[in-house]
This record gives sequence, structure tokens and C-alpha cells, in this order.
Amino acid sequence: MSNHNEKYEKLASVIEEHRTQKGGLMPVLQEAQAIFGCVPVDVQEIIAEGMGKTLSEVYGVATFYSQFSLEPKGQYVCGVCLGTACYVKGSQKVLDKLVEELQIDVGRTTADGKFTIQATRCLGACGLAPVMMINDEVYGRLTPDEIPGILATYKA
Amino acid sequence: MDLFRAHVLVCGGTGCSSSGSAELIKRFEEQIAKNGLDKEVKVVRTGCFGLCEAGPVVIVYPEGTFYSRIKVDDVDEIVSEHLLKGRIVQHLIYKEKADEEQHSTLENIDFYRPQLRLALRNCGRIDPENIDEYIAFDGYRALGKALTEMTPQQVIDEVLKSGLRGRGGAGFPTGKKWQFAAASKADQKYMVCNADEGDPGAFMDRSVLEGDPHAVLEAMAIGGYAIGASVGYIYVRAEYPIAVKRLQIAIDQAREYGLLGEHIFGTDFSFDIFIRLGAGAFVCGEETALMHSIEGGRGEPKPKPPFPAVRGLFDKPTNINNVETLANIPQIILNGADWFTSIGTPKSTGTKVFALGGKINNTGLVEVPMGTKLRDIIYNIGGGIPNGKAFKAVQTGGPSGGCIPASQLDIPIEYDTLTAIGSMMGSGGMIVMDEDNCMVDIARFFLDFTVDESCGKCTPCRIGTKRMLEILERIVEGKGEPGDIEKLETLGKNIKETALCGLGQTAPNPVLSTIKYFRDEYEAHIYEKRCPAHHCQKLLNYVITGKCRGCTACTKVCPAGAISGTVKEQHKIDTTKCLKCGACMEKCRFGAIEKH
Repeated sequence: MSNHNEKYEKLASVIEEHRTQKGGLMPVLQEAQAIFGCVPVDVQEIIAEGMGKTLSEVYGVATFYSQFSLEPKGQYVCGVCLGTACYVKGSQKVLDKLVEELQIDVGRTTADGKFTIQATRCLGACGLAPVMMINDEVYGRLTPDEIPGILATYKA
Repeated sequence: MDLFRAHVLVCGGTGCSSSGSAELIKRFEEQIAKNGLDKEVKVVRTGCFGLCEAGPVVIVYPEGTFYSRIKVDDVDEIVSEHLLKGRIVQHLIYKEKADEEQHSTLENIDFYRPQLRLALRNCGRIDPENIDEYIAFDGYRALGKALTEMTPQQVIDEVLKSGLRGRGGAGFPTGKKWQFAAASKADQKYMVCNADEGDPGAFMDRSVLEGDPHAVLEAMAIGGYAIGASVGYIYVRAEYPIAVKRLQIAIDQAREYGLLGEHIFGTDFSFDIFIRLGAGAFVCGEETALMHSIEGGRGEPKPKPPFPAVRGLFDKPTNINNVETLANIPQIILNGADWFTSIGTPKSTGTKVFALGGKINNTGLVEVPMGTKLRDIIYNIGGGIPNGKAFKAVQTGGPSGGCIPASQLDIPIEYDTLTAIGSMMGSGGMIVMDEDNCMVDIARFFLDFTVDESCGKCTPCRIGTKRMLEILERIVEGKGEPGDIEKLETLGKNIKETALCGLGQTAPNPVLSTIKYFRDEYEAHIYEKRCPAHHCQKLLNYVITGKCRGCTACTKVCPAGAISGTVKEQHKIDTTKCLKCGACMEKCRFGAIEKH
């Protein structure tokens, strides 16, 4: 519980820091997302109140940008790049294999909260296409066959 | 300052970092210290060298030896042989063709020879986290010259005369932009750097930010002086963590050196820069949307006029330039507009950086003078198409651009020539496609992107692109109808004319350009229910040929039970049951299954 309170205290200090800053809502949402892993509506309410904005305004911004998530993500976020360079080199097949292996749709999280699948925008590592990221780890020049082996290292 | 007899430059760009260059640096430092060379040899983590295909890349100076695809285990050998004994490790150097034995240095590699690196001049040459290295290569001299020897109007005139045009997409003359912003009267103006590089397959801005962040800061300060702004913002994608980190380091160092802040170079000019992170919205690359995002709101564009130069960020006059555009500014001020116009063509001066990707041998960043032929980039620098496949098209300009067929490869690359053939310069993504890529599916892929990224503010973009996508999805699924092509053309034309911002106005380009040059592929999908590239799954028929040995492996993987046959005899696929998943073809060890 103390951990829980700590997060809210941290949020309060972030709000305080950006309250009077021009355009401070985006940085607050970004830091809130880093603190909580997502920005659920109760967090948005606190931000709206602290920043002197309406909840609808905060919700409008939080849902506009793909970086903000209203639900918690899995422990490991698997993002397959669907940028053009990766797509023409077959990243769709890598993504399909991931969906098949984890048995969840793109954008969803496994029931045990371990994996989330995302189709990401260009990661800019086009020289390594097709590319997948699991959290901060980059896997390049992938073939669908490699997916089960890579996932196994995270399942252990 | 310590002098070193040799320098080991290790690429720290995103591509090479992803393939482990950080561990290489650590190992080099350990091994160099172990051999007692730490007073003689210096390891430098640089920005991107450009030849990402060969990553991780290591260059050893003074020889300029170009080592490629280096693994941690190779480091010991480079240290003990090259650095200690002066013997180049032949088997680790970059070779353009497998059978060649050559001493590869930057200067004699085909990939680099035709290039002219202006915007990327320091990328891969200096440590981007050390302001002294930037200064040693003439860094901040242009700012000094502008502030102490030139009036703001003289700075603008020089940029105008240079003919520099926006490198982010539309190619608007940079000097004119500055002139407009300078002409607006206000108590506060802003200088903004657009580093929201969202075009899939384009990563030149990221490379500049990672490899030479001070060049962007210096250019912003020069621009601030020219238009009368005292505050600058850099709006950068959150997806570029290395770039964000190095920018912040650069800003801190510049402040420490008094190159940002109050009374720069002892003049009355004060200027400071702040970073704002994007949050994943392609439309924020559009300047009015970008400003809304910095203001903390939804990144939706608004109609122009008023132009940002009149009423922009926080309702104040604002000038917005792209990263690569800015990277050219210090050199234009230092070397003069005449020098700059001597490069490139009369209407497109200077150079352009392209991100080569897709079906090409040398993926990476290339910078060439404007006017270079597409063919030279793809075949000379890019090394052609891998696996002996035939070139089909090159896509330029990302989701706003179009596909250029082989018949147009000899046009010189300029803003206006690319627009004339239905594509555009865009930010400089260049994705090569071969015979296996279906052009209808590529058009669908880009529309899928724009539909997802459309902010929804204006109807033509929100609904029009969606309708186009629905038609394309039907076509690739084999449900195309006569009249679909004409419908796409009419819709596309209307959206181009009526959408609010650049995203919508250019969204139909990938469709219209593929219809223009690859109409036969559309027709094959619609009228013959056939995909000439054998790409669209729903239009394929899998057939077992005489090569079949009757091993029964395919029958076991078929999820639909569509394959029948007895052991050691040729099997057969029931096309009415077949799901066209391709599992059988992947499983077959004899290459007996073909798709038609």
C-alpha cells in the first residue's frame, strides 16, 4: 500500500512542477504514464484537478496519442515494427506468428499479464528489418521461426 | 588536451546500438587498458555512419580502416593485431563483394564515394556528447559570425540566396519562412524545430540528432537571431530515446559554455531551447498540429491562414523548421550562399539525405547532391536488389509520396521532378520493392497507416481515406468489382483538393501513383482475381507439383485437411477446402508446392 501511496505522491509533485508551465499537460501525462504504467481515468481526474483543467480535456489528450494507454500493459511489451521497410521485408508474418504463439490479438495482453502485443510505427532501425522490440531489447533480421525461441527466454 | 596516436570510432546510432555496439565500446576500453594503450588510443562513440547494413561498424583512425559486423569476440583481435602491432585484421574489414580482398576505408567504398555529406558531416566523425569535438570542427563559429558580423536581415538574405528549401516534405523556401516570421511584430516569438520524424522508413533526422545535436542547436540560435525569437522548442518523437538524451546533454553543455542563455557571445542576443516530447501521433509532423501538441492539447491541425509566422505557438509568431533543414544552416552562414548554390540544381540546391531501405543490398543513410539520378542511388550506392530479384518500384516520401517505376529511374531527384511524376521528396524515405511486392497491397498498407493516423478533424480525410481503404481491402481479398479503380481515382482527387492539412492532401498519393504506373496489377486483382506478385494470400492457389515424394509432411500441417494422397505418391490440394495459409509450402522439403 505504501508503494501505492508513493506513486500518488510522486504524481502530485509532478503536477506541482508543471502546473504553471505553458503546455504542461503533455509532460504530466507522460510522467504519469511512467509512474503508473498507464493513465487510467482516476489518475486523469487527479491530473485534471491539479492542472485546473476539465476531465474531458485531459481525456481528450490522453486518448489522442497512441503512447498513452488507459489500461495496464503486460510485463513484456512485444512491439513488431510495421514501418514500410519492415513491412516489405515480411514483418506482418512475424506479427502473425507472435499472435499465433501468444494466442491474443494485436493490442491485447495475455491473461497472466505477461505479454502485450503491439504493432508499432517505424522504429528507425530499418537496416535490421524486420525488427521487433521486447521492452528495450531489439531483435533484428527476424524470421517467424525465431519467435517461439525468443518468447521462451521470457517465459522462463 | 591529450593527444592520441589512434582513434577507434564505434557507431552509437540506433541501428548499431540495437546490434550491440555499447558492449563493443566496453570491450574495446577494457582491452585497450589491459594492453596499456589507454594513453595512446581513444575510443569514441559516434553518431550513425550511414551504412547500417554493415552494423555494428567500427572505424580505426589514422588509417580509416572500416570494420563491419563486429562482434564482441572480434574486439580482442583488433586490439592485439591492429592497435598493438599495426596489422589490419583483413578478415574483419568491410568487403563490398564476398570475393574481394581490399583495404576498405571510407573513401574507397562504393557506398560512400558518390556521397556528399553536409547535413551528416559530423555524424560518425565526432562524439556527439562532447561539445569540444563539435567546436573543433568549426562548431558555433557560424553563430559567432551571425551575431557579431551580420544583422538579422543579412542572415535571412544569405539563407534566401542559398535557395535552401524545407527538407521535411513540402520544400518551402526556408529564407522566405524566416522573412515572414521576422516581419511579424510581437513581444515574443518562437523558433521551433520539427523533429517529429514520423514517416515510416525515414530516419535521417534521428541520425542528425543522435550524431550531431549541436548543429541543430546552433542553427536554431541563428534562426532565433534572424527572426527575433528568444525561445526555441524542439519537438521530438518519444520513440527516439537516444536522440532525446543526446539533445538534452547538448543543451546543458551549450548553456554551460554560454552558447545558449543570456547575452550570447557578449551581444544583446539571448536564446534558450527546451525539449518537448511527442506521444505517438503522425499528424503532429504537420506544423499547426505540432504547435497544438506543444501547447499541451490534441495534435489537430487548423486552417491556414493565419500562418504560424503570424500567429503560431501560444498565439505568437513562430517559425518551424525540420531537423535536416537546420543542419544545413551553420555551413551556409560560414561558407556563404554561393558555395551552397554551387551544389545541386538551380531549383533544388544543396544535398538531400535519403534513408534507403527495403529490398536493397546496402540499407542505410545516404546523402547526395540534389539532381542525382534515382538509378545511381539504388544501383551504385545501394548496391542493387538482393537475391537476383527484379526491381519493381521505389517508394519515396512515405505515406505522402508515391511509387516510382523502373521507367522513371533516370529522372534527377529534385522537389519539382518528383512531384511531377506523382510522388514527392517528403522527408527522404526511399523504400525499394522487388517483384515479390504487390503494389495494390502496398497502396493498402499506406492507406491503413493514414486511416489510423488521421486525426478526424476534417471529413475528406476522416471518411474519404476510410472509404478508399475499404475498396483496397476488397480488391486484395479478391472481391474487387468493375469500377473500383475509377472510384479510387475520383475519391483520391477529391480528398487531395479538399482535406484540411498536408496529411489528408497527400494521403491518396500512394494509391494514385500505383494506379498510374501499375494499373495492370489492379486490373489483374479485380478482373482475373489474380495477384501477379503472388503476394495476396486470398488470391493464391497452392498446387503440388511432380517434385512431390509423398512424404505426407504437408498433410500433417494443413489445418483444413485439404491435402490428400497416399504415402510415396504425389499429393493433391483440394482448393475448395484450402485456407491459403501457406503452412504446407513452408513445411515441404522438396520445393514441390508452388503458389500461382
